[in-house]
Amino acid sequence: MGEAFPLASNKPVEVLEKVVIRFAGDSGDGMQLTGTQFSNESALAGNDIATLPDYPAEIRAPAGTLAGVSGFQLNFSSTSLLTPGERPDVLVVMNPAALKVNLPHLREGGTLIMDADAFTKGNLRKAGYAQHPSESGELDGYTVFDLAMTKMTARALADMDLPKKSVVRCKNFFALGLCSWMFSRPTEQTLAWIASKFAKSPQLVEANTRVFKAGWNYGETTDAFANCYTVEKAKIEPGLYSSITGNKALAWGLATGAAKAGRQLFLGSYPITPATEILQDLAAMKEFGVITVQAEDEIAGVGSALGASFAGAIGVTTSSGPGVALKAETIGLAVMVELPLVVVNVQRGGPSTGLPTKTEQADLLQALYGRNGESPVAIIAPRTPADCFDAAIEAVRVATKYMTPVILLSDGYLANGAQPWKLPKFSELPDIEAKPWKQQVAFQPYLRDEDTLARPWVSPGTPNLTHRVGGIEKDYNSGDISYDPLNHERMVHVRASKIEGISADFAPCEIEGLQSAEVLVVGWGSTYGAISEAVRALNSQGYSFAHVHPRWLNPLPRDLGEILRRFDKVIVPEMNMGQLVRVVRDQYLVDAIPLTKIQGQPFGVSELCDRLRGIVEENK
Amino acid sequence: MSIAASSALSRKDFVSDQDVRWCPGCGDYAILAQVQKVMAELGIARENAVFVSGIGCSSRFPYYMNTYGFHSIHGRAPALASGIKVARPELSVWIITGDGDALSIGGNHFVHILRRNLDVNILLFNNEIYGLTKGQYSPTSKRGHKTKTSPMGSLDSPFSPAALALGAGATFIARTVDVETQHLQSMLHRAAAHKGTSFVEILQNCVVFNDGAFADVSDRGTKAERQLLLEQGKPMLFGRDSEWGIRLRADATPEVVAVKDVKPSEIAVHDETNPFMAHLMSHMEGSQFPVPMGVLRAVEGEGYPVYEEGVHRQIHEARESKGPGDFDALYRSGDTWQVE
Repeated sequence: MGEAFPLASNKPVEVLEKVVIRFAGDSGDGMQLTGTQFSNESALAGNDIATLPDYPAEIRAPAGTLAGVSGFQLNFSSTSLLTPGERPDVLVVMNPAALKVNLPHLREGGTLIMDADAFTKGNLRKAGYAQHPSESGELDGYTVFDLAMTKMTARALADMDLPKKSVVRCKNFFALGLCSWMFSRPTEQTLAWIASKFAKSPQLVEANTRVFKAGWNYGETTDAFANCYTVEKAKIEPGLYSSITGNKALAWGLATGAAKAGRQLFLGSYPITPATEILQDLAAMKEFGVITVQAEDEIAGVGSALGASFAGAIGVTTSSGPGVALKAETIGLAVMVELPLVVVNVQRGGPSTGLPTKTEQADLLQALYGRNGESPVAIIAPRTPADCFDAAIEAVRVATKYMTPVILLSDGYLANGAQPWKLPKFSELPDIEAKPWKQQVAFQPYLRDEDTLARPWVSPGTPNLTHRVGGIEKDYNSGDISYDPLNHERMVHVRASKIEGISADFAPCEIEGLQSAEVLVVGWGSTYGAISEAVRALNSQGYSFAHVHPRWLNPLPRDLGEILRRFDKVIVPEMNMGQLVRVVRDQYLVDAIPLTKIQGQPFGVSELCDRLRGIVEENK
Repeated sequence: MSIAASSALSRKDFVSDQDVRWCPGCGDYAILAQVQKVMAELGIARENAVFVSGIGCSSRFPYYMNTYGFHSIHGRAPALASGIKVARPELSVWIITGDGDALSIGGNHFVHILRRNLDVNILLFNNEIYGLTKGQYSPTSKRGHKTKTSPMGSLDSPFSPAALALGAGATFIARTVDVETQHLQSMLHRAAAHKGTSFVEILQNCVVFNDGAFADVSDRGTKAERQLLLEQGKPMLFGRDSEWGIRLRADATPEVVAVKDVKPSEIAVHDETNPFMAHLMSHMEGSQFPVPMGVLRAVEGEGYPVYEEGVHRQIHEARESKGPGDFDALYRSGDTWQVE
């Protein structure tokens, strides 16, 4: 173990601009681990990276079946990247089912690396192959490396007296070693990681290290590979970076926001895919004073959060669409009692249980309108995994400044996707100030701040300011229960005006692409990367596109209407049946064109290019 | 942290400026007055008390208390109160609920707050009817009860609130009735003193939609025969001259016996800490038995941890072992790399 491991290949090295690689295997094959570690190596190599895990809804689907296939895709590049890429250039499959599921995605002429030993008659049958795919001709046109990975893994461990099951479980490290060699990835950090990851079992450290090296050495020595590749460093803003998923960024951002507000973070939540990691991550942050309550249900999650806000904490609840549906009544209560509340919806395919592990953006209208009565809330949508951190802080800021629920719309794609994140310095992040009650006039619980229209946030324990809040309409002046018709209308309007007023804080919209373009593409949330890359690509082909991507969806930015009218055509790509496009048409009377995809999968860049081009040609 | 008021308080200090709007003769008036009185006697500063309710007639209660208050949504008061209590354990938190609010739409939160044993007080006004929606049967209405939605009689079997609470692991269960002011006060004091979730079922008369539901228990003429006043360590006797008693048969089922016919040692003795006794008392129903009133169960201390104390103890322990959270260290906790 101790000997220096070669860091560089002696074979010729071909330089590539960027590579999309996908690791796929059975759920038990460790593909997420392999993909994550290969991503870390690529980040260390100085590449820009973007990743996307794609795992089954079933925890342990029967081994070898199509339902049990787990995949992890990484895009690594020497130029700036915003998406995990569409069709892989390299596909690594550990069994026939993984091949069956993923081969259609592999780009023409792409490289296919297979574990030959896993293509047994039984596994072929489970994957629905009548014969070995190499015999049917369906692998023609690809560069295929059909390698006896399991056997080579076993050989590397022959003298270790490991049970056969443990030996087989090491084979993902063979793939990782081979790919690390193939793309000239740095290996020191991986070896250190193996040593710490399996520290409890020196035998496994030894085994996985051996197999990793065996994979690397196989690439270096066998004649099967004439050369290896490298992707050079990308130009990235200097700083210390880490790879972060959207869910982790949300957890850290929420805790950071509460700390910046000088308040305790209280998370009331119920586990639900794909939002659960936020609860898990925050539950592990007790030394930060973070309180997490795993509630008995979604309703108690948001209810306890709202109670905590009343008590002076930053109340947060995290969920996905079905859970948010259950929380609707309490969000309405939060609108009525005007307390800070952050509701995170990590959207997934719907309706109902829908596609729990797949991504969709179909809860925008739920966030906007999914409550009884006139019930406006602020809505923010992060655009990248790392942006989830900033959006979470921003949600806390607006919730406290305006005394309102804020719905944060993430989605499965952001939640599980990872990207490099330039680490902020906590001390350099701005403080969040909740306006304290200034005792200049007699206290009334619904007396509003003139600028923000927010009511004072006075918590129990404050002497002489005891008051009652509740879901019944209250008098504009006193805050007492009121059934007066004109007072109700006034209150409905003032609650709406308060939310509208939030846009006073927004910076002007940034317009990417060509400012004088004919076509404006309007997106929101996680489609940012794909739309940006598509617009960049189209403009480089001589087309003329601009791109605007509002961060706040309620209220919308004040300059958006003027921007929309500046362009001949407005196209709104969304992973739904057209939700923002309805809002845009409704609010601005602009004849915006929907571009929709509802497949549980994010937009691909070339797919978006084709469809944007198509709409422009069609409407000429 | 002390939550006591700096000077002596009277009932009036807990009266808010809002007009009370229950029906004339409603049992809620009596309960409100006793709660205000007891709060003053407890000496809890008004700003340190929070009354939380759901929806229903009883849930208007917080508006009438000059404390902090939250009138929330139907069935959810325990959820709101949990957030308040966990965030601010020093506050005195009271949940005001009814049979529909707590046991029907809010049944889930009710059992879970009892299971967690937060140090809050739950006052359930049980009138065996839906009052605010004007007279439909509730989850405590007796089978066969004719209401607007059960014109031929209710088919539902009623909950025993005490039995449900016991099943959920409640550490304090008491029963009282709106018109017995002294008894009600003493139950409120016991509830306030209990460490853990205190559940008090208050039999409450709805004069409009279910008048007289507890008449036999509360009427001067009959109550001695119909109430079994439970006292810790005392034999279970009832009747005008304590002429009746509860005896356990060989198979542990209770029976009513004439005291004169049995040896004193044969009369069952109440023990608030005995789960078997709590089970018997919470299930003792039917016209052949008196209605047990008083503290059915009270256990606290070791073996009955209080939820919010655990939450804050874990935070304390995490800070002891890891030091106070350092955000910059957190941000760096994954694999990092430097871009020059």
